[in-house]
Amino acid sequence: MNELHLPLIEIAVFAPLLGALLARQAGPDTARRCALIASGAALGCSVAVWIDLALVHAFEAHDRWALLSWLPGGDPFVIDEVSAPLLPLAALQFLLTFVATLRASAARFSFALSLIGESLVLATLATKSPWLITALMAAAAVPVAIQLKRRGASTRVFTLHMTLFIALLTAGVALKEWGGAEGTAAVAGTVAIALAVLIRCAATPFHLWLVDLFDRVSFGAAILFVTPMTGAYVALRLLLPDAPEAVLRGVAVVSLVTAVYAAAMALVQRDARRVFAYLLLSHASLVLVGLEIATLLGLTGALCVWLSVGLAMTGFGLTLRCVETRVGRIDVDRFNGLHDASPTLAGLFLLTGLASIGFPGTVGFIAVELLVEGAVQSAPVIGVVVLIATALNGVAVLRAYFRIFTGCEHASTIDLGIRPSERIAVLVLSVLILGGGLWPQPGVASRRHAAAELLRQRAAVSAAPLANSPPSPSPLDPTLRSAFAANDHE
Amino acid sequence: MTSDQLASWLASISIAAPALLATVFCVSSLVSTRLSERTTARLTELCVVTGLVTAFGVLVIMLWTGSRHVVVELGNWAAVHDAIEHDDYHFHFKFVFDRLSVPFVLLTYVLVGTVGAFGSRYLHRERGFHRFFAQYGLFLLGMVMAALAGTVETLFFGWELVGLSSALLVGYFHDRPAPVRNAQRVWSVYRFADAAFLVAAVAMHQCAGGGDFSAMMGEGAWPYGHASIEPGAALAIGLLLLTAAAGKSGLLPFSEWVPRAMEGPTPSSAIFYGALSVHLGAYLLLRVSPLLESSHLLQVAVVTLGLASAVYGAVVARAQTDIKTAIAFASVTQVGLITAEIGLGLRYLALVHLVGHACLRTLQLLRAPSLLDDRRTIEDALGGRLVNQVDATELSPFRRWLYRFSLNRGSLDAWIDRLVVNPFISLFATARDAEERWLDCLRRDTPPKPAAPVPTTPVAEAEVA
Repeated sequence: MNELHLPLIEIAVFAPLLGALLARQAGPDTARRCALIASGAALGCSVAVWIDLALVHAFEAHDRWALLSWLPGGDPFVIDEVSAPLLPLAALQFLLTFVATLRASAARFSFALSLIGESLVLATLATKSPWLITALMAAAAVPVAIQLKRRGASTRVFTLHMTLFIALLTAGVALKEWGGAEGTAAVAGTVAIALAVLIRCAATPFHLWLVDLFDRVSFGAAILFVTPMTGAYVALRLLLPDAPEAVLRGVAVVSLVTAVYAAAMALVQRDARRVFAYLLLSHASLVLVGLEIATLLGLTGALCVWLSVGLAMTGFGLTLRCVETRVGRIDVDRFNGLHDASPTLAGLFLLTGLASIGFPGTVGFIAVELLVEGAVQSAPVIGVVVLIATALNGVAVLRAYFRIFTGCEHASTIDLGIRPSERIAVLVLSVLILGGGLWPQPGVASRRHAAAELLRQRAAVSAAPLANSPPSPSPLDPTLRSAFAANDHE
Repeated sequence: MTSDQLASWLASISIAAPALLATVFCVSSLVSTRLSERTTARLTELCVVTGLVTAFGVLVIMLWTGSRHVVVELGNWAAVHDAIEHDDYHFHFKFVFDRLSVPFVLLTYVLVGTVGAFGSRYLHRERGFHRFFAQYGLFLLGMVMAALAGTVETLFFGWELVGLSSALLVGYFHDRPAPVRNAQRVWSVYRFADAAFLVAAVAMHQCAGGGDFSAMMGEGAWPYGHASIEPGAALAIGLLLLTAAAGKSGLLPFSEWVPRAMEGPTPSSAIFYGALSVHLGAYLLLRVSPLLESSHLLQVAVVTLGLASAVYGAVVARAQTDIKTAIAFASVTQVGLITAEIGLGLRYLALVHLVGHACLRTLQLLRAPSLLDDRRTIEDALGGRLVNQVDATELSPFRRWLYRFSLNRGSLDAWIDRLVVNPFISLFATARDAEERWLDCLRRDTPPKPAAPVPTTPVAEAEVA
């Protein structure tokens, strides 16, 4: 296995934990400072890991010196081309949320628990071990449950869904591990993991925990729990490599239904947070659709949409959170007319919202195009349904914009303009959204390479049982063969 | 420097000028740096005049050298290569100056420049001055990109920019609910049209192996190309493009968005819908006109939709009570006729009709705000009303029905609401309420503590009241 030049993954994972320890007993201001430093360090290390991986010219690599090699199973942390950009993305989401947390909301937002969450998310994204992923996913639910409890809200819905998710995931991993590579146990294990993924990704009809979460926990905590899309990561690591075609198709169909249903539901919501929750759900489902299509274009599109949605929806959520900080929960059944009181927030809201639906010139444009192209290649009807979902999402985004920022004049005696820290947070995301939109090729090329490698691994796994049988002319799909050939050529 | 190189340079500047304008205005809006009104107006003039002069320069070179096809290749913006199967994806940026695009881009620069000069005075010291020009910059960029697009992806890029800026301009007076509701309606229609366009674009990719118009419509310069797509595929793709064009150009059954769009600032934004935005669908059909000729059924559909829209617009325009709505439906009539001409294969006639109609509507819409004043002046001079009132009771039943139909604009939006929007909304509102009940059931929250006892003395009751 290749090695990075420094143990940067470990530092990225443990820096937020250290920050959480320091922030635990501190006041809001000190806790915020600790969170910024720890999260900044995590982001710096994550970016360095990505660069380091490019320097070692390998698909995947371990940390240098393997500080955690004493653990059972050896060093658990490994980075590859798929997860390399996901780590900085997650770290950036946490950092910018901390940056955009004003003093007014600092009292309601737990920096210590969020830092623990960050550490767990980064650790999840930096491992491929099924058992460790299961344990980390289970642990990641705990800080959120604690925050729900602290706010005096019922944790029943969240706990019920997460317990079911963890139980199914554990059962699935166990069945696959101990039931052998083939047979009923392996299929049952795969189906259990698929169900777990659908629950964690809040696919319909298991999506109510997401709505409940956005209703009851602080907006920042909800954003941080959902936007890293760790559910999709579980699908990528535990389903995609060896799941039978039928299971992948099933997950894709459920995700497709969820994408349209959530987009339509976003149009009839009364609360802005719920609009955001359903929009995020719709977009996350599109990622899952692309992952389960398992063709080169579809997978490349899904990986690109993953990054674009991660950036855009974080910006969208943070902008909405900034507005909420000023006027409280926003009713989108009526016009709120906040544009003139806060024009920059209005512009940023529009930009991030449009980026999420793949508007030209933003990072999501090429990503959605690739996804649609891949979906049409797989089955034209899937492409059409994906387009219906994005069209509905577009209407929902503009509806939210019009309801929140226009339609009347908001009378306020205090200044509702954007604060410098908020401006920094959302502008950084805007620069990435526009930069990625105007110069998309490096990102697309990197995701294509990762997608081809994932398909190669899947093909290798499906070809393995055939190793003892007489050689067949070609066990691989022609599209996959061409993808591998192109990768080899590069 | 050869004439080809010079043409290529001028063409590039013609595209870069609106891109620069849109970038400056949008970035300054985003970072809250306000340019002065004077700077905004000067920059607008500079970019529009530069774009116009360079586009005109390309035309002169084309006429001088006899070339009818100047191409600006910007290469692949994004590409996913598949070495063996050639089943790759690429987003190709290519601009073409030909007999179709040059008149349209010149028209765009002239009309948008006129509106820019007018708007900088008309909106002087308006709160939304900078917002208007930011959207104006996006609109211009979108129109120029769509007009000069050499690939379907480039056209879609411009198409989307025009859609967004148009919708936002409809809702320019955003402190009132009516313009915002209209903007939302226009945007919803546009999204529907965009989805149809994107499906058609992907289908064209699959059929022709790329989005280049010259690959799909034959190598001959417009209008002499011949599409190399089989009739069945041409019919499917053509119907999708016709749907997209109907949404964008306000053809049936989407015609009612055109008068709604007149809620924008008078008369500048109205000119976009009366003169430019409303013609973009017809322009799309002109661009893919070789495809239309691949299927007779498709041609029949185009002519039928065009004529039906023309008749509808002509009838409804006669009963409208305000000048801008009447002009909007007159636009629908003319766009319908242009569409029918395209369906009949009369491409040059359609192009001339389009350019002439856009100029006429610009003039009419610019004059619209002062028309009432002119009428009063004439009536004062004559000492009486200009037109006699018609007694509705004297009309035959059919004419009375027609009058009511026209006054209600055929209730097109009401029918769309009744058949599509309301069932959709009520279905998902029911789902929302069901989810809410299910969520409450799952939560099993402890019931709130009973409220404090209500005072019973008359004085206390009065205080409570």
